Amino acid sequence: MLDLSKNFFELFGLPVSYTIDNTALRERYRELQRSVHPDRYANASQQEQRLAMQGSTYINEAFETLKDPLGRAQYMLRLLGVDVDADKETTKDTAFLMEQLELREALSEIRSQPDPLGAIGDFVDTVSGKLNHVIHEMAADFENPSTDRLDAIRENVRKMQFLRKLHQEAETVEAELEEELL
Amino acid sequence: MALLQIAEPGQAAAPHEHKLAAGIDLGTTNSLVASVRSGTPETLPDEQGEHILPSVVAYTPSGVLVGNEALANAHADALNTISSVKRLMGRGVEDLRLLGDELPYDFAQTDSAVPRIRTRAGDVSPVEVSAEILKVLGKRAESALGGELTGVVVTVPAYFDDAQRQATKDAATLAGLRVFRLLNEPTAAAIAYGLDKGADGIHAIYDLGGGTFDISILRLNRGVFEVMSTGGDSALGGDDFDRAIAEWIMQQAGIERPDSTVQAALMRAARHAKETLTTQQVAAIELEQPAWKGSLDLGTFNGLIDALVRKTISACRRALRDAGIMADEVEDVVMVGGSTRVPRVRELVGQFFGREPLVDIDPDRVVAIGAAIQADILAGNKPDEEMLLLDVNPLSLGIETMGGLVEKIIPRNTTIPVARAQEFTTFKDGQTAMAVHVVQGERELVDDCRSLARFELRGIPPMVAGAARIRVTYRIDADGLLEVEAEEQTQGVRASIEVKPSYGLSDNEIADMLRSSVEHAHDDMEARKLREQQVEGDRVIEALVAALEADGDELLNPEERGRIDAELAKLRKLVAGTDANAIEQGIKTLENACDFYVERRMNSNIRKAMAGHSVNEFEQEAD
Repeated sequence: MLDLSKNFFELFGLPVSYTIDNTALRERYRELQRSVHPDRYANASQQEQRLAMQGSTYINEAFETLKDPLGRAQYMLRLLGVDVDADKETTKDTAFLMEQLELREALSEIRSQPDPLGAIGDFVDTVSGKLNHVIHEMAADFENPSTDRLDAIRENVRKMQFLRKLHQEAETVEAELEEELL
Repeated sequence: MALLQIAEPGQAAAPHEHKLAAGIDLGTTNSLVASVRSGTPETLPDEQGEHILPSVVAYTPSGVLVGNEALANAHADALNTISSVKRLMGRGVEDLRLLGDELPYDFAQTDSAVPRIRTRAGDVSPVEVSAEILKVLGKRAESALGGELTGVVVTVPAYFDDAQRQATKDAATLAGLRVFRLLNEPTAAAIAYGLDKGADGIHAIYDLGGGTFDISILRLNRGVFEVMSTGGDSALGGDDFDRAIAEWIMQQAGIERPDSTVQAALMRAARHAKETLTTQQVAAIELEQPAWKGSLDLGTFNGLIDALVRKTISACRRALRDAGIMADEVEDVVMVGGSTRVPRVRELVGQFFGREPLVDIDPDRVVAIGAAIQADILAGNKPDEEMLLLDVNPLSLGIETMGGLVEKIIPRNTTIPVARAQEFTTFKDGQTAMAVHVVQGERELVDDCRSLARFELRGIPPMVAGAARIRVTYRIDADGLLEVEAEEQTQGVRASIEVKPSYGLSDNEIADMLRSSVEHAHDDMEARKLREQQVEGDRVIEALVAALEADGDELLNPEERGRIDAELAKLRKLVAGTDANAIEQGIKTLENACDFYVERRMNSNIRKAMAGHSVNEFEQEAD
């Protein structure tokens, strides 16, 4: 039903760019949902309800993809014809991998710190900082995606997956500590 | 101030008939029905003027009683009087062990996954018991509003899982009601509070009912309610406060093994004491059998429930974290549910959010009122209404992978409706079948999550291990209900299966129940089917006529319009007749004939939604 030849950016009336206007994205998302959400068709025919469901689902998917820095990068790579699926191999940046090991070790020892809540807070901030750094690099590379730069982006996508996982685990630990100590 | 609306010339809104719709709050302890009448949402009373219907069903020798009449029966016949049945909705026989001995009913030994309660009227499932309550509320609404209901919105705790939602929807269907939408209770409360009236910002809804607790964090932006996160406990509520008091009385009075009559008396005394302590410092307690007198002061009561209330605060903390905000970013905290009358609850919630919670609307009625407003909009009575709800799924949905681990497919707090797919492959050479186990929950091990459904995908072409590509798709609709599909992709073999999680009832079971119920003898069934098809036919005709009026000229050429008009006329004739099957067929034919038109409409709506922007931007780009 929705014009599938349009990419997610076009669907939201936004320029194809890694740097995204979050306010505009959110606003257009609401407007699109207002026109297709199943609640608007609760009293319509079954086919209209079905289409509304599909349309609303599609808009949710587009929104989730564009608002997420990792999802957005992967999606833009796909638009540029880079096969992201074949990207299952892991990064070969040994310095990065060493650092990951060290970070994981630090996370596993955080409970024995004198102030575990403060320590986990700092840890989450550190990982967030690294994620932001990667996002900035990608934004610059997407400005002018030459072959070299595309390779750099793919590498950063892989790194981001590592950092994401670590960030999630750190937040879980933080939540557990808060439950125990507060 | 409301703005006056002026129709565009030539597009004058056709005077449309006001459709009857109602919102139903199907609560653990009490239920209500509300509707929007002359623009004002209000709860509807029964003939005695009572708005609240106790969620109690009694199976007596002279028939089924619901509400206060059933409650009066509880003393004499506890085993045939079912209360708090909401706690059993969507629960499996296995889950009953978790609820322990709290339920004084006689459960039938059964092979079925759904528990059945032994009563005088035979074994009944929780869905059937709930349907009795819904029937009474539906009838109450129809007699108050003077006509047949087009549809209803039924509320569920935000934290209800898929099985519990499905069971609730089944109960409404069994009660003969058409469900527009299942609506989360906190969201309903947010609507009732008129948060759509310009109060943009972030709001927390704290909803502590008889048997369930929910916390939802919502962002409101120009009429759009976006649920940011939700959390809670579907087995924690005011009943637990009662139980804590009852246990305390047992200790004080030296009661060791109460039978079901004493247990019922204890619960009554406990509930009474709890209610007294919402306004008094001390509550006197008196038991007749065994004879005992005592008193409970507020401080002791607070001590008894402190751990329970703190559990709700932990859930609030999690919900804020999921929403990615701090407590001080929350502008209002809205209190919902009778149990928020307990002073200790208000105190701890106020402390946590650092502001006085809002209690302006009767916490017992606020959910039903919100549901009525939403039902009115969904019925199409307010075509220009700007309000829209974007809700989330409360619990992560995953699939079992090797080693009993869970791979999450749709994480919790994802906006619905949503579809997510993931690819899996075979583990052994020549493997031709794959077991799909659908689970719900946040934990990493399958055993710690709730099992929703299992099915097998068969007919995978034999290949070496790891070569097959099986795409498993999870879809959640706007009611929060899940559907799962698996499909083998490499060789174009489209073996796929759709499952609906199994704790509800299958469509056949519902049909059987309708058929077997005494009220629907054979002739009734025929008449009912005809009536249903006529209603459905009228609905389709009406929807199409409204669509054609709005944009038929714009989107259809005369030839296309002619074809649709011809099919429309055919269906009109069928609906006026008495052949239910022919009407059913006619509806399908008309829908098929309109397929292309419906698609054009949807695309045109989207274009219109985006029109303002695109024009501006293209102009800018052209500069």
